[in-house]
Amino acid sequence: MVRLLALDPVAIGDLLWTPLLIIILKVVAIFAIGLLVTMFMVWFERKAIAGMQNRIGPNKAGPWGLLQTLADGIKLFFKEDLLPDRADRFVFKLAPYLAFVPAFLVWSVIPLGGDFSDGKNGIVTWFGEQTRVQLADPPVGILLVLALSSIAVYGIMLAGWSSGSKYPLLGSVRASAQMVSYEAALGLSIATVLLLAGTLSTSGIVANQDGFTNWHVVSTGVVPFIIFLLAATAELNRPPFDLVEAEQELVGGFNTEYSSIRFGLFFLAEFMNTVTMSGIIVTLFWGGPQGLFDIPIIPGAIEGTIWFIAKVLLFLYVYVWFRATLPRFRYDQLMDLGWKILIPMSLGWFMLMAALRLGRDQDWNQAVVAIVSAAVLIVCAGLISMAMKVSRANREREGATF
Amino acid sequence: MTAVENIRQTSEGGQEMKPRSEIGARELMREVGAVLRMSEAEAAKLGQLPVDSDEDQTMIINMGPQHPSTHGVLRLMLELQGETVLRCKPIIGYLHTGMEKTGEDLTYLQGGTNVTRMDYLSPLNNELVFSMAVEKLLGIEDDIPERAVWMRMLLSELNRMSSHLLFLATNGMDIGAVSMMLYGWREREEVLRFFQKVTGLRMNHNFIRPGGLAADLPPGWRDDVLEILDMLPPRLEEYDILMTNQPIWRERLQGVGVITASEAMALGTSGPILRSTGVPWDLRRDMPYLKYDQMEFDVIVGSYGDAFDRYAIRLNEVRESMKIVRQILDRMPAGDYRIQNKKVTPPPRGRIDESMEALIHHFKIFTEGFKVPEGEAYVGIESPRGEIGCYIVSDGGPKPYRIHMRAPSFVNIQALPHMMRGGLVADAVAVISSVDPVLGDVDR
Repeated sequence: MVRLLALDPVAIGDLLWTPLLIIILKVVAIFAIGLLVTMFMVWFERKAIAGMQNRIGPNKAGPWGLLQTLADGIKLFFKEDLLPDRADRFVFKLAPYLAFVPAFLVWSVIPLGGDFSDGKNGIVTWFGEQTRVQLADPPVGILLVLALSSIAVYGIMLAGWSSGSKYPLLGSVRASAQMVSYEAALGLSIATVLLLAGTLSTSGIVANQDGFTNWHVVSTGVVPFIIFLLAATAELNRPPFDLVEAEQELVGGFNTEYSSIRFGLFFLAEFMNTVTMSGIIVTLFWGGPQGLFDIPIIPGAIEGTIWFIAKVLLFLYVYVWFRATLPRFRYDQLMDLGWKILIPMSLGWFMLMAALRLGRDQDWNQAVVAIVSAAVLIVCAGLISMAMKVSRANREREGATF
Repeated sequence: MTAVENIRQTSEGGQEMKPRSEIGARELMREVGAVLRMSEAEAAKLGQLPVDSDEDQTMIINMGPQHPSTHGVLRLMLELQGETVLRCKPIIGYLHTGMEKTGEDLTYLQGGTNVTRMDYLSPLNNELVFSMAVEKLLGIEDDIPERAVWMRMLLSELNRMSSHLLFLATNGMDIGAVSMMLYGWREREEVLRFFQKVTGLRMNHNFIRPGGLAADLPPGWRDDVLEILDMLPPRLEEYDILMTNQPIWRERLQGVGVITASEAMALGTSGPILRSTGVPWDLRRDMPYLKYDQMEFDVIVGSYGDAFDRYAIRLNEVRESMKIVRQILDRMPAGDYRIQNKKVTPPPRGRIDESMEALIHHFKIFTEGFKVPEGEAYVGIESPRGEIGCYIVSDGGPKPYRIHMRAPSFVNIQALPHMMRGGLVADAVAVISSVDPVLGDVDR
């Protein structure tokens, strides 16, 4: 029971004031940090893209325009809240929260720092109590992340559907297809990580990545990381996979009919998701708060946070960079990439890693295992490409039924 | 046809696309046939017409006139099955300001201010074709001073560059490469800055006028042009990296909006759309005007007739234009920038103080305008969008009796329904973008 519910070492034992306060403090801090980080992310994206496009970007509100998002938010609050005549009123109002709340909840399971050196497993001591620098550490941590990101799909899907308008409908149809199909690739690439980590808990996954060669990006052989990065971009609806919003095609996509703070919530959720997804990538593949070397002077507990922030920033920049440079995929190309490349590839890689793992446990010859599995994978890849060719030929014979 | 019917046909409502239940198979076939200007039998042969398609499975969606990527106020009605475009009908007239009619109330000297606003992305080409038509009516087309001719060519080529740079920007934008939009505008701005220095305005210059130009080139113009010519090639290389060699870019454009040479000609398209099908038709080479027969340049043609070809053609036409501009720089003669014909050209400022006749000429030209002999004339030139033609009928007065522009954008959007059939919504956007219509040119 304790194993199942004791989410935090601080909560084990009798219920005392200090642990309770620490938990409450953490809840408030995570919420505040979440909002602040989102604000910063919007500013960072606008500023970075402006730099790439020979523009200045926001520079009026606050120093270097840092408060621009706040100003935008206030403006959105005071805008008229429009509810289209043909909208499904309840669902239309519900949808923004369905997108927004999961984005926040994911924060609670990401290890934001902590001392992972010398087998301390990220436990730090605050006010004489042992705790983790994360709100909750459920044993099903990473499953929770997947579950929440699935719920976020409903937000977008229902928003488009309930608007009672054609462009949002197209957007929501795209959203459901895109996010459902990329979740498969996302899950399969996570499976490879879980295979190595042997645990679903996020702090356990981080603890497993002790030292650079144990970082999962290295120990799983890069491929799952790349698949995860692509699938995560699609899951986030960020360019080049932002078909759901696709301004040039669908005007605003699923949020065309939204205005005022309801739109603001979608907007916030999208940027929040970007930050959390970067956090998840760092947690899963880049060692989370684990550093490459000891930063002098700074104590271990804070050092982890510094490493974490640095790594997340890197991925945030990558997302901004994608947005500034890449053209958008077309719907069918996106589906092709997801189903014909990413899913088979992640599945194949998962099996390869599983075979290697089994071979090591059973003391088989590693080289033979690797060669045999690689051969099997190549045969599978050949079969799949043949199947694709046949089906394409069939389709062509039937003729485009448009 | 009664007047009421006539209005119903041409008004907004009359142009709208009707659902399948309201039009029979015959009507549907006629719609496709009319689009292609061929007989119904031929049209039926051409495509698999989804005559029995279930009404419930399709959706008519309105794209525009307010839509981020319809390049102004083009309105398209699309019939979609899922994301696939089954039918498309462009509806125009949202920018119709009656400029051709207005032209009948303006003197030939004022006409330039009017036509320059039609295709507002290549204003100098509009002015050029109008001026050439007027000069043809006046019978002075061979008397235009050498320098004026070469200046006109210089401006027209620079205008082609600025227009194509804007196309590259909007095309990038429409496909989703948002940064490209700013890069394209940035380069175009350099060219516009030169125009501003020469003509005083960034757009709508009214600089090329019947009889020559409004003014001579300003001192230092050669350095400015050279600066643009030096600035552009490395930037175009960057475009190649950002777009041409970008796999997603190629996948988005290649094989999209395909049109064959015969279809393109049947629909009357010209410019990059016709050339993308492999037809080497460029008025600068095939019906030379100005001094294009003395220029050395290549006519860029494509081979597949798809959106990528049209993109690549425009990109390379910028390079060809730079080639031409370099030759013009080498050969720009000295001389007068306008014809010294007292009936057409206002006298120099100094003469007005000395001579009564000069003052009268000046007064007459700017109030009544100069009279143009009775007759009609058509002149066509190669604008960045295709053949732009100006047809003027004169009744002998100082104002045209009728003026009509053969607008390349107007003719080119006829090809939209054909190029969109069977594509996806995203392809529809790519197709509109690759046609590069200017709605001011379409509606006039």
